[in-house]
Amino acid sequence: MTLAAASHGFLSPTGVEIAFLLVGLVTLGAAVVTVITRQLVHAALWLVVTLGGIAVEYLLLTAEFIAWVQVLIYVGSVVVLLLFGLMLTKAPIGRSPDADSGNRWAALTVAVASAAALVWVVTDAFRTTWIDLDGAVQGSTEASGRSLFQYWVLPFEALSVLLLAALVGAIVLSRRNGDPEHTGGRKPAGGRRPVGDRAPAADRPRSGGPARTREDRG
Amino acid sequence: MHLAYPAVLAVLLFCVGLYGVLARRNAILVLMSVELMLNAVNLNLVAFDVWLRDKLHAGQALTLFTIAVAAAEIGIGLAIVLLVYRNRGSSDVDRLRDLAERPDGTDPNDDLTGGPDAAGRPRPDHQAEAAA
Repeated sequence: MTLAAASHGFLSPTGVEIAFLLVGLVTLGAAVVTVITRQLVHAALWLVVTLGGIAVEYLLLTAEFIAWVQVLIYVGSVVVLLLFGLMLTKAPIGRSPDADSGNRWAALTVAVASAAALVWVVTDAFRTTWIDLDGAVQGSTEASGRSLFQYWVLPFEALSVLLLAALVGAIVLSRRNGDPEHTGGRKPAGGRRPVGDRAPAADRPRSGGPARTREDRG
Repeated sequence: MHLAYPAVLAVLLFCVGLYGVLARRNAILVLMSVELMLNAVNLNLVAFDVWLRDKLHAGQALTLFTIAVAAAEIGIGLAIVLLVYRNRGSSDVDRLRDLAERPDGTDPNDDLTGGPDAAGRPRPDHQAEAAA
């Protein structure tokens, strides 16, 4: 270890390491605020900070293509989807005192224990390992594109099928006027809709979605 | 760069996400915590890919695949949460106890889950209406 440390300057971090550490602290702090804040919308906005910080970490690891994909997909679409979800489920805007469940102390114990164990194992395993960031750029768009379309074409195409299936599944699940037998989950709730009501319900126009649903429930 | 920096950061992010999954009550906040855990794994994949200088770029390709799968997962997950909210009037994971096993056959949360007795049934409807 002394030899390896001597060649890299043990405990004398380089500029990239300092930048990584600072951005990592911001990322970690934003992640912690994300999981402990009591304001639901603020949690989504702190998640933006976390994901953006991770994108900066990708840039520091010379994986630029992944960094921009991260910004586009996570910050751009996933967080927006989460905000839409929060609004569609009518999440309270202000502080909601019941954001945490009753088992938060058990959760804290589990998280701290696993963090301690994993940090110990990881630091012990990679004590003498350095990433060489000075050579050819590992994650440029050209390198990523070449490897993706030379070696990973088949998984890539399978992934497009998966995305299509997820799209169709999400539409089927969230259609408001869908046939209650096929959307699943309505039937077990049980007895809300009388049997005789089902046939005329299918004949009603589909455009009157929310009003009809409310009327059915009443 | 020392490999321990990204590895430790990924571990800590994963454990923060683990805490969120276990401690949060709202289903959408649980999904956010799942995103944190997925991002920790992505950071690990990228760091190890850059460390190993893999010719196939397996780590970065897998990271892209993980991001795409996470996008699909968040779409389906939100659709399911919306469906649950529409049926139950709540996206509170602590209250979704229909599948819980009760040794004595009684349900302490009958008023919330619409249990087998007739008295508990209309309540989710009222809740949904009050919320809507």
